[in-house]
Amino acid sequence: MLTTTYATRGADPSTAPAFLAPLDQLKSGLPGAALSWLRDLREQGRERFAAVGLPTIRNETWRYTNLRDLTKLAFHPADAADGNVRFDVLPTVRTEGQTGPRLVFVDGRFRAELSSTEALPAGVELLSLAAAFASHGELIGEHLGRLALADDRPLVALNSAFLADGPVLRVAAGVAVDQPIELVFVSAGSDERPTSFHPRTLIVAEAGSRAVVVEHHIGCGTGTTLANHVAEVFVGEGATLYHYKAQRETASAFHLSHTAATVAKDGCYDNFILTLGARLSRNEVTSVLAGTDARTHVSGGYMVRGSQHADTTTLIDHAQPNGTSREVYKGVIDDTGRAVFQGKIIVRPQAQKTDGHQLNRALLLSDTAEIDAKPELEIHADDVKCSHGCTAGELDDAALFYLRARGIDQETARGLLIGAFLGEAMEEIAEEPVRDAFQALVSGWLEEKR
Amino acid sequence: MIEIKNLHAKVDGKDILKGVDLTIRPGEVHAIMGPNGAGKSTLSYVLAGREGYEVTEGSVTYYGKDLLALEPEQRAAEGVFLAFQYPVEIPGVANTTFLKTAINAMRKHRGEKELDAMQFLKLIREKTKALGMSDEMLKRAVNVGFSGGEKKRNETLQMAVLEPKFAILDETDSGLDIDALKIVAEGVNALRSPERSMLVITHYQRLLDYIVPDHVHVLAAGRVVKSGGKELALELEKNGYRDFGVNEAA
Ligand SMILES: Nc1ncnc2c1ncn2[C@@H]1O[C@H](COP(=O)(O)OP(=O)(O)OP(=O)(O)O)[C@@H](O)[C@H]1O
Ligand SMILES: [Mg+2]
Repeated sequence: MLTTTYATRGADPSTAPAFLAPLDQLKSGLPGAALSWLRDLREQGRERFAAVGLPTIRNETWRYTNLRDLTKLAFHPADAADGNVRFDVLPTVRTEGQTGPRLVFVDGRFRAELSSTEALPAGVELLSLAAAFASHGELIGEHLGRLALADDRPLVALNSAFLADGPVLRVAAGVAVDQPIELVFVSAGSDERPTSFHPRTLIVAEAGSRAVVVEHHIGCGTGTTLANHVAEVFVGEGATLYHYKAQRETASAFHLSHTAATVAKDGCYDNFILTLGARLSRNEVTSVLAGTDARTHVSGGYMVRGSQHADTTTLIDHAQPNGTSREVYKGVIDDTGRAVFQGKIIVRPQAQKTDGHQLNRALLLSDTAEIDAKPELEIHADDVKCSHGCTAGELDDAALFYLRARGIDQETARGLLIGAFLGEAMEEIAEEPVRDAFQALVSGWLEEKR
Repeated sequence: MIEIKNLHAKVDGKDILKGVDLTIRPGEVHAIMGPNGAGKSTLSYVLAGREGYEVTEGSVTYYGKDLLALEPEQRAAEGVFLAFQYPVEIPGVANTTFLKTAINAMRKHRGEKELDAMQFLKLIREKTKALGMSDEMLKRAVNVGFSGGEKKRNETLQMAVLEPKFAILDETDSGLDIDALKIVAEGVNALRSPERSMLVITHYQRLLDYIVPDHVHVLAAGRVVKSGGKELALELEKNGYRDFGVNEAA
């Protein structure tokens, strides 16, 4: 009997009330209250979270990431856009002066005045979930809550309980969007109290469509924030979706994210996450190859320093024959930073001719840096090619000396080697402007240290 | 002037250099020959400042400065250059990026303006052509997938663009075919000048036909056991190192 269900063992219901109590003050204020299925979804989420609470390290998939610190803070849910944050420049992968489609969310709520949905080709809908409840009830009702299941994941349950806003993108069958669609998430919070928000992203790429989505997660101010993201991504038959994300929230931010994707026949889901920020982050990506000949690339880079903690947890589920999956992760860990990589590949009995490849390499820059890596292959078919590799190492002394012997100072030499190490992951970014922009973020990170 | 006095060094707790004395004046080319394991590369690493090579006694004075007190990059900036016996492969760092970073680090140290992309390209094209190297080798990662001879050419290229004051060539001739040997030797000779000195480590007299040394030394068991003129190299070629109590066949 096969199951991808995570055990609810290792949950702590006593942590639930602190998170759920403020919900009653908010509930009437949540958008889409007239939709009965939405009320049900929220209620189910609430009940589920009340029953299990936050995952603890006794939960197998949370063994290396402890959410204890969250329970020490009284988070207050962000209310409808009350932030007065001002921005001079919002992050973008576009070259200067260029504009393009962009949705901006501050503390989880849509900010129309900062967003732009002009210049989108016909057949592309890009709007906020709060607005979509009214205008696209059917589309939302058909997809929301179908991939990210609250039974398995307490944080998805919590997200559902507070379900209010987030980006919605639908690309109609056969439509290709050339310019990247940017989603900017700003964690602003408040200096008075810790702030939490639970954005929900919905992406529907219909058959034969093609789109590039770039998420920017940034922070401003000094307030403590908890962003608990859930994204549901539907990649239709023969469709290709590039889904990039750069997370560089502040050192007082908690960033939790679960992305659940399903890929139909001949479709391709390409996910890349660059983690630079946040005090604690967890990126959980689940990609299910639900049709034959489907492909998925799930890769990323994580740069961890100070006392940061960054968790990457992936699940590739080969449910049908002839699927291809590829994962390339590179991590750089300094100071007392700690990183976690858990990568699971499941090959179902009928998924013959599966080709799965997973790689995670970590570079430890200090004696106190730490990585916990757990690759896991669960193969139930016999005609498959699957490989995984996990390594942790230090900078190559011989290479460092070689560079220094040519007059390159130690910090620059280290930067060159770290950059080169990450290069293998960065090359996985197929879209050049995105690769360049993310590369610049990496360079910035290396500069900061000097 | 470079003065090496009574230099003792340890690697991994093992005494390798046991009192090396050597004085190299500006403009001079000194050759060091000696059996495998004598400590020739160890001497070159100690001079270049590699970590893990512990100097336990003695001194190295480089144009009045205590060379051993400097970091490797400071030594390079002061004009010390080591052409490695085994050049290091650096995956992911393009040869051009490496060369440009190195050149500009040096220029910065000398108070010169950094080269922009165009100036750099012009310089590097000129030098690679002279050394019979392809543009393609510049695009590749540093030494990765280079043949033995290509690696040695790459070392020579670096020397040519960095224009050191004191170059140590550790078996730069090994792995080179006859034509490449000539090309590399020409590259080295082009750098010879009254201000520059060189320490050429080699096993073969043949190289010294091209790069004619002022002095030849025999390093055996961590010490300079004999010094002479260029004719010493010919003698060694004929008789091996048995006169120095070393069994060459070992
Ligand atoms: N890391 C190390 N630990 C222990 N012994 C070492 C280490 N590195 C070098 N040695 C030893 O030091 C001695 C000198 O080595 P070195 O490389 O300097 O010799 P060499 O004269 O350059 O020889 P060759 O002609 O073969 O290049 C050798 O016996 C070698 O085994
Ligand atoms: Mg040697």
